Order: sequence, then C-alpha cells, then structure tokens
Amino acid sequence: MKFSEQWLREWVDPPVSTEELVEQLTMAGLEVDAVEPAGASAAGVVVGEVLSVGPHPDADKLRVCSVDAGQEGPLQIVCGAANVRAGGKYPLALIGARLPGDLKIKKSKLRGVESHGMLCSARELGMGDDRQGLLELPDAAVTGTGLQDLLGLDDHMIELDLTPNRGDCLGVEGIAREVGALTRCPVTAIAIDPVPDAIADRFDIDVQAPEACPRYLGRVIRGVDPGASTPLWMQEKLRRGGLRSIDPVVDVTNYVLLELGQPMHAFDRDRLSGGICVRYARDGEELTLLDERCVSLGSDTLVIADHQKTLAIAGVMGGVDSGISESTTDLFLECAWFAPEVIAGRARQYAMHTDSSHRFERGVDFELQHRAMQRATRLLQDITGGQAGPVVEVVAAAQLPARDPITLRNARISRVLGLAPDADVVTDILERLGMQVAVMDEGWQVTPPSFRFDITIEADLVEEIGRVYGYDRLPSCALTGALEMQAAPDSGVSIDRLSVALVDRGYQEAITYSFVDPSLQSVLNPGSRPVSLANPISSELADMRTSLWPGLLTALQHNRKRQVSRLRLFEHGLRFRAQDNEIIQDDVIGGVLSGDRHPEHWDGKPEPVDFYDMRSHVETLVSLSGQIAHCQFVQGAHPALHPGQTAVIHLHGRDVGWLGRIHPEIASSHDLDPDTFLFELEVAALKNAAPVHFQELSRYPSIRRDLAVVVNSELPAGELETAVKGLGGELLRGMVIFDVYQGKGVETGRKSIAFGLILQDSSRTLTDKDVEAVVTRVTDGLSEKFGAQLRE
Amino acid sequence: MPDLNELENRALQAVAAAGDPAALDEVRVGYLGKKGRLTQHLKQLGGLPAEERPAAGQAINRVKQTVQQAIEERQRVLQARLLDAQLEQDAIDVTLPGRGQSPGGLHPVTRTMKRIERLFTPLGFTVAEGPEIEDDYHNFEALNIPAHHPARAMHDTFYFNAHTLLRTHTSSVQVRVMAAHKPPLRIIAPGRVYRCDSDLTHTPMFHQVEGLLIDETVSFANLKGMLDEFLHRFFERDDLQVRFRPSYFPFTEPSAEVDIQCVMCSGNGCRVCGQSGWLEVLGCGMVHPKVFEYADIDNERYTGLAFGMGVERLAMLRYGVNDLRLFFENDLTFLRQFN
Repeated sequence: MKFSEQWLREWVDPPVSTEELVEQLTMAGLEVDAVEPAGASAAGVVVGEVLSVGPHPDADKLRVCSVDAGQEGPLQIVCGAANVRAGGKYPLALIGARLPGDLKIKKSKLRGVESHGMLCSARELGMGDDRQGLLELPDAAVTGTGLQDLLGLDDHMIELDLTPNRGDCLGVEGIAREVGALTRCPVTAIAIDPVPDAIADRFDIDVQAPEACPRYLGRVIRGVDPGASTPLWMQEKLRRGGLRSIDPVVDVTNYVLLELGQPMHAFDRDRLSGGICVRYARDGEELTLLDERCVSLGSDTLVIADHQKTLAIAGVMGGVDSGISESTTDLFLECAWFAPEVIAGRARQYAMHTDSSHRFERGVDFELQHRAMQRATRLLQDITGGQAGPVVEVVAAAQLPARDPITLRNARISRVLGLAPDADVVTDILERLGMQVAVMDEGWQVTPPSFRFDITIEADLVEEIGRVYGYDRLPSCALTGALEMQAAPDSGVSIDRLSVALVDRGYQEAITYSFVDPSLQSVLNPGSRPVSLANPISSELADMRTSLWPGLLTALQHNRKRQVSRLRLFEHGLRFRAQDNEIIQDDVIGGVLSGDRHPEHWDGKPEPVDFYDMRSHVETLVSLSGQIAHCQFVQGAHPALHPGQTAVIHLHGRDVGWLGRIHPEIASSHDLDPDTFLFELEVAALKNAAPVHFQELSRYPSIRRDLAVVVNSELPAGELETAVKGLGGELLRGMVIFDVYQGKGVETGRKSIAFGLILQDSSRTLTDKDVEAVVTRVTDGLSEKFGAQLRE
Repeated sequence: MPDLNELENRALQAVAAAGDPAALDEVRVGYLGKKGRLTQHLKQLGGLPAEERPAAGQAINRVKQTVQQAIEERQRVLQARLLDAQLEQDAIDVTLPGRGQSPGGLHPVTRTMKRIERLFTPLGFTVAEGPEIEDDYHNFEALNIPAHHPARAMHDTFYFNAHTLLRTHTSSVQVRVMAAHKPPLRIIAPGRVYRCDSDLTHTPMFHQVEGLLIDETVSFANLKGMLDEFLHRFFERDDLQVRFRPSYFPFTEPSAEVDIQCVMCSGNGCRVCGQSGWLEVLGCGMVHPKVFEYADIDNERYTGLAFGMGVERLAMLRYGVNDLRLFFENDLTFLRQFN
C-alpha cells in the first residue's frame, strides 16, 4: 500500500516529522518499505500560460511560444511538445531553475531562436514516467504561482509492506485510524453527504449466492460527460498512491479504493441487459477480461453477470465488453462486499493480482459500502456531472460477518506478554482502536469494529495490547525451567562425527540442490524412479535427486572448469525415490574423490587416487559406527560405475551403499577425470550399531602364523577372508592379508594371497599342536572350497 | 729402556695426534695393551732391587693412569666430533612444506547451523528433524494456514501434486513433534527448505532453524530475553542493538520480526540494510491457539513460543558474504575460506 503523506495528514496530523511517523508505523507492525519524495524540488518552476504558439523558422517539430509567467512581459519559449496550445497552462521552468538529472535551465538558443525557459512534462519534473507531452495544469491555476505550492510537491510517497491480517490499512482512512490510535491525535473523517436521487432509473440485482456476496449495492448514473478530465489534485493523489490516471470514472473508483479501501466497479449501463446476477460461474464459461485475456472459468468462481452474459469475475476484474469507454455517458456503479474465502485464490487461479482482489481476499469493512457509494457518486458528479438514480441494495444480513463480543482476561494478558498492565491502560488501548469495551470482573468484553476482520479471539486482543503498548516497552527476561538431562545415546555414530572424519581426510563439505537435472540423473541412475516437481524453477532442476552423485559431480565439474583437479567433496542429506505409491526419503552421506592422493609435494611423484583410497574412507565411516566387523564389500554392478571397480557395501548382510570408480564412458561424456571415485552410504545403517559389550582380555600370548595360498585369480579376497574366519574357529582372533601376488612363480590365471593368522586362547598358552590343528583346518578347508594350494 | 718421562711424553703426544677412534685404539694398545710399552715397563720391575720396586711401580702406574685418562679424554673429543659431523649431515631445510593430507572443512551453512545448535542446546533444546517432501497438512493447514489464505502467497511453494509439496519452512517439524510428544517441549529444527523463487537475493533452496518451546509458564518476555541473548552471542557483539517489531505469521500471535542494527554499517545506513540501519534476521511469536488446537494441546494449561531464522542470511551477515548464490556453487575457493 502506497500513499501520499499529505493525504494522510489531511485525515490525521500528528506533530511529528516524516521520519518519526515512519518509525511509529514500522514499530506498530505497519512496516514501511520505502519513503520517496513526491517530486523533485520544483523551485523556479511556475504556472505558465501560453498566449500564442507560432512555428519555428528552422524546425518543423519545434514551436515558438509566448508565455505569461506572471512577470512584467511575456517570455519567448521554444517548445517541442505536441500538446502545446494557446490558452493552455503548463509548468514553466524559469532561467535558474534546476530540474531532476541536474538539468540547469539557462537562456539558450534552439536552432537559432532564443528560449527563456522550458515548458515541462511530468517526467521532467520527477513526477512519474508519463512522456505524453507537457503536464496540463488546470485553468484555475493562477499564472505565475510556484508549482511547488500548486501541487503540494513538498510531500512523500510512503509504501507499506502490510501483513495479510491488516486489510483494514489498505486505504488512507484505515492508516489514519491507526495513526490516530498510536499518536492519540484526532482523526478528521471526510464528510460524506448522500447524493440524493435525481432520476428514478434502477437496475435489478439478483444475488443467487448470498453467502458469497452478502451485500451488493448498485446505482445508475446517467449523463456523465465523456470529455471531462480528472482534476490535477486527484491525478496527483493517485500517482502518489502508485496508480496511473486513466479516465475520470476509473480514476474516481480508484480514488475511493485508495481513500476508503473499498474496491468498486463501473459498468457501461448501455451494455448491460436485463439485470445484475451474482452467481457462481458455469464450468467452462468464458470471459474476456479488461486486460483482453480470455479465461475459461471454473464453477468455484463467483461472477457478476447480466441476463445474457458474464460481465466480471467478482471482486477480481471486470470484462472488456461491459467496461466503460470514451463514449460512455450512462454508468452502473457496483459497490459490494464479497466474502474473503470466496475471492481468495481466484486471482492466482487466473494468474492475476488486482488491487481489488488484494483487498477482498484480506477482508474489506462490510459496513463501508454505502459510504463508498455516496463518496464515489459525489466525486463523479463533481468531475463529470450526471444524474444519479437511487442506490439499490441487496443484503443478506445473516451472511455478513458477526461481530461477537470477545472476553479478554487480565490474567491472560500477563501470562502471554509477561506484563500486567493497568486496567485503564488496556481499556484505553482498546478504545483507541475503535473497539466497544465493557469492563468486567477480571477483564473486558470487547466487540471489535467491522473493519478489524482479523480480530476474533482473545489472542488477537492480547496481540493488539502488546502492539500498541509497544514491543520495545514489553519486559524481556531469561528463560527459566526445570534442568533436565538430555539423552546421550552410546551406540552408533552422529553425522557430525562422520563429517569430521571426512574433513580430516581432506574432504570439503558441499551443499547441492535437492533437485537436479533429469538428464544427468537418468545417465547416472537410469533404473531409479525419481519424484518430479510439478512447477520446477527450470528444466535443469526438475527432478528430486535419487542419489547425491548428480549434485556432487556437478560441483566437481564446476571446480574442474576453474582448474581445480584435486577434489574431495562430501555431502549429507536426503535422497528421494518413488516406490509404489510412496515417496521414500533416505538420509545418506556420499562423497566424490578425484585427483592426486596427496596434495602436490616437492618430494615424491604425484600418484592418482584409486579405489582403495576411497574404500578406506568408507571403512572409516563404518568403523566409527562400531560395525566394521559386520561390513563386507561385495563386487557389484552399477550403471554409473566402472564394471570392474564397483562394490556394494553390505552391513549385517544388507545393502547399505555403493562404492566405485566412475564409468569411463560417463567420465568422458561429462568432462570428468576417469580417476574419479564415488560412494554413498545410508546414514540410518550407521546409527543402528549394537552397544559395546566387553570381552575378557587374555593374559596368554598370541601366536601369529603366516600362510600363502594360490587360488584362481577371479576369486575375491573377501570370499577367502570370510572362509578363513569361518574355518579358524574360536582360537582365531584376527586375520590380515599382507600380500597379493601374480606373476613369476605363480601360474597364469592364478594368484597368491598371503595372510597372517593371529591365534590366542583366553585360558592357556597355545601349543604347537593347537596351532597346527588350526592351520591344517584352514588349509584343508580352503583347498576343498577354492582349490587353494599352499605356497611353500 | 727409555726414560719413563720421555715415554709418558711420547704417549701423550700420540694420544693427542690420534685423529679417529681407530688410531686412538692403536695408541691404547701400543702403550697399555698386553704387549704395550708401559706394560713392558711393569714386567721389568722384577729386575729391580726390592727396595726400588715400590717407587718405580708407583711411577709407572701414575704414568699409566695419566695416559689412560688422556685416552678417555681424547675419546670424548673424538666422539663429539663424530656426532657433530653426523648432525651436520642430518640437517634439512625446515622451511619446506610438510607431507600428507591437509584437512578439508564443513560448509559455512553447516558451520552456522552447528553454532546455532550449540547456543540453544544448553537451554534444553534438542534437535528434531522431519521430511523435506511434506504434505499440505503439516506445512500449512496445521499451522493455521488454510487453503487460499493470503499468507500462502508469501510462500512460493514447489508442488508434486495437489497435496504433496516441498516444505517451505521447518515449522512443519513443529507440527510433527507436537503430534508425537506431550509438552513440555523444547526443540530446534534445522534443515533445508524450498521456495519457488530464484534471483539475486533468493535461491530455490535454503536453510532454516526453527525453534519451539512449550511449557506452563512461557511468555513473550521469555521470547524477547532468549532471542536477544542469542543474537548477542551469535554475533559476539555486546553492543548490538536488537529490536522486536510487530508482524504477522498465521501460526503465532503475538508475532514479531526481529531486527538487528546493521552489522555492515553499524546502523548508519548502507546498501545491505537499504539505508534503514536495521536488518531483519528472525521471525518469532507465541504459538497461536489454533496451532495448539490442531495438536490437541490445552491452551489454558500451556503457552508456547516459536521462532525461525534463515541460516544463509545469518551466515552472510556473520562472515560478510555478499552473494547468496555462492553457498550452492560449491566453489572450493569459497568453501575453503571457512576451514
């Protein structure tokens, strides 16, 4: 809501500066977004009356005018505007005046003809963007008067960012009421005298949806002058309220909208037939709106129709066919009250936002319509003439909002605000806000005024007390409460700890958008069913991620383009997958690794990272959760990963993640280093660890026995490891693979795996016999299972 | 047989001339060994008259001791020399960089969220989480934002279908916590939120920390006290001006927006604060009775306070970051500044 400060001060004039007024509004919850001067300083600009207009000897587009500026003799002014005419009055910038853009007016020659000043357009005076030639001043303006005084340019345009609950402040009157309440200054309401009926013309009104439109007022006005023009003072108030002057009829309805907050609509009476009908639209009914868009209406939309056609979307926008035109002489004025819930959402539904819908969805004062109708009629008659018929009202009183009294308890105020104000202070605040107040034991009975739609329960009143009292004056005190211990889980691992582990291994945390490019995602994870946004911000951010990899790889690309090739990034967050009719949202941690194993160093050759670097990072994460003994890395296949370097991560036998090298084809098609490794792990799995369970220490020495076996080269070491652990029995406390060898001395197609067995008993020292028994069991078992031969 | 004095002098000269441990050992064997010259002297004692023997024995032993001491002394010198040489050889250029992994770091948004958590958890707040794909009920309806409420226009919502959406605030977590637990409650809900808006000052995804406290004696005064302290601690400035300004959120009443004195210009007016000297950093209020009704919490017994803050905004102000979009480009030159 934008308005002229002067206009407000016509209603209420607190003895404070603009800055103080703005501060008071902001601190009362009517946040001031901007304060701008109404126009540039117009010192040296006066009302000039053009006495004659003659041609310029050397330029077709220039005119040489003789202008009376209220000085001794007329001034010769050269002017290029098309609308200059003898007898017209325009702003004249005299020599020495300064205009916006630091334009200083000097005596000059235009194509050889002297000019002693400049006739100005509104734009040249910093009064908006109108380039339509010179600003026409009213005939009544006294020649030679300073423009500053004539237009009251010593004014500010104040813009409020109103919250949706304060629809009552969407008019100067409402803001004036609020300022009056805050500053205790009297508010002078404008006198609105009813305009008596001069003619008997009526137009029938049939409200078929009284719950949606409990009050509808209509009035016929005949014989308005289509050639009339809007007076400058009204144009200026509209301009300072952010509205453009269009024609006198529209300007008057807009003026009432800005002044009282009541949206109105003027129909061309001659284009209406039968009578007005307020009803819900029929599905698919079409209407061409004032902005010349044709919309197909839904049955949830309230419309204004006549007996033949649809005229307007109620409370939102009129139709082009029934609107007024340059030749309109007879009007039908509409002034109605529509229920907010009926209007709410309609404007959005038809991709519109109008000043009318903005007010109706927030709630207009339901007792305002008669005053607004009379005000508009009066202004219209003053400007365009014409004769008004009787005001026809259709009202369903039971459907109008009820103003039930609300009980406000003193105790509740102090409980919520932490302040126990004097009863007199409370009563005073409520009365200043226009409420009817009855003092009761322990509290008040309060009936809010019809314009305060937002106040229906006790909490609304408590807020008003706090707001008008001043939030800055309310007490402030520390929180108190029982000291309670928080749970401190002993098993599993926090995401913070996992993050720290990766950070210590050189990873930088990334945060990427949860929506990703569907084309990249389908390459990386063609099998998954992504969840798609109905209204994405762009087609590259249209699908929810099914994995962290698209985001991480995009971040990798971003940095590679900036010559950063050694990268370790991780991210933590949700991934989203459609499964049956559900959306699964899994918490995952993932990473990407590329470039050299170590930062570049003066000593030693750079080595690229490999699978085992990243595997150790994943093992670290699993170890931190206390579950590494239950974790296996199993050869797997994933469309994003190199088929020979892909592992599925098993925890307690369940798939909980992936690890591997990027598929070389994806690397080359997406400008990525082929030595790029990726992992992703479900966080929930890492939180599921069993609590620590102590095991007795052995006081007897452990014995290590190293073995080397030759097996088929395809046999994964992990399988051998699992088998050894199974075969080792109770005495086997640990196993470590210390060498894998292929080459001379081992036949082609076979490999040698050397491992150490660590054996120990908790109750005695092991004998050679004990050790031999385990070794034999292991070697025999491996031989049987894998055809393993002991390598001597 | 040479004169004992001369022998002593020769021995001491030989010790002094020995340049390394091997040469010294040779000297030792030559004089003190089994066939050494001083040992020979001792062996010849038997040829002396009995009354001369003790004095001669003493003299020889004295010389032996002197030479022995000289050898030990020389040994220490030679060893020290050897060590010096070794140390000199071992010397390296300590100004060259070290070897191994250098640490990475947390994202500034995470860093900021963790700081916020660290400030609130000692007050008994626990961290709560919820889904990011939400339904209309938890994101809007249960927060007193019915369909077509004008406040919905303030949340440009991403939809999947008519009822499923990306949460526009972490207030939805409040609703889930109130449904699952009985008061008293103290939670904060950090996380990602989404709005269909993208320009210089908006990204379609950002982070919020939402807080909720429900108890039997919680008032707006507590809300003021707590958030005032939070902002002073967060910005680590004792003299920071904080103001509470009436505002409107459908799920709180009274509602407030909290402004701090602009940290860029100290309140003098600059581009960041739009010349106003103030920066809006928080929204807050007392839980609206309708929200308690939805959660089936007794409005007469309990009151609650709630607050919400944008993490990126706080991070930008804290660290002086001037472009919101940097947070999601994941450019290493940006991220590393927070390590």
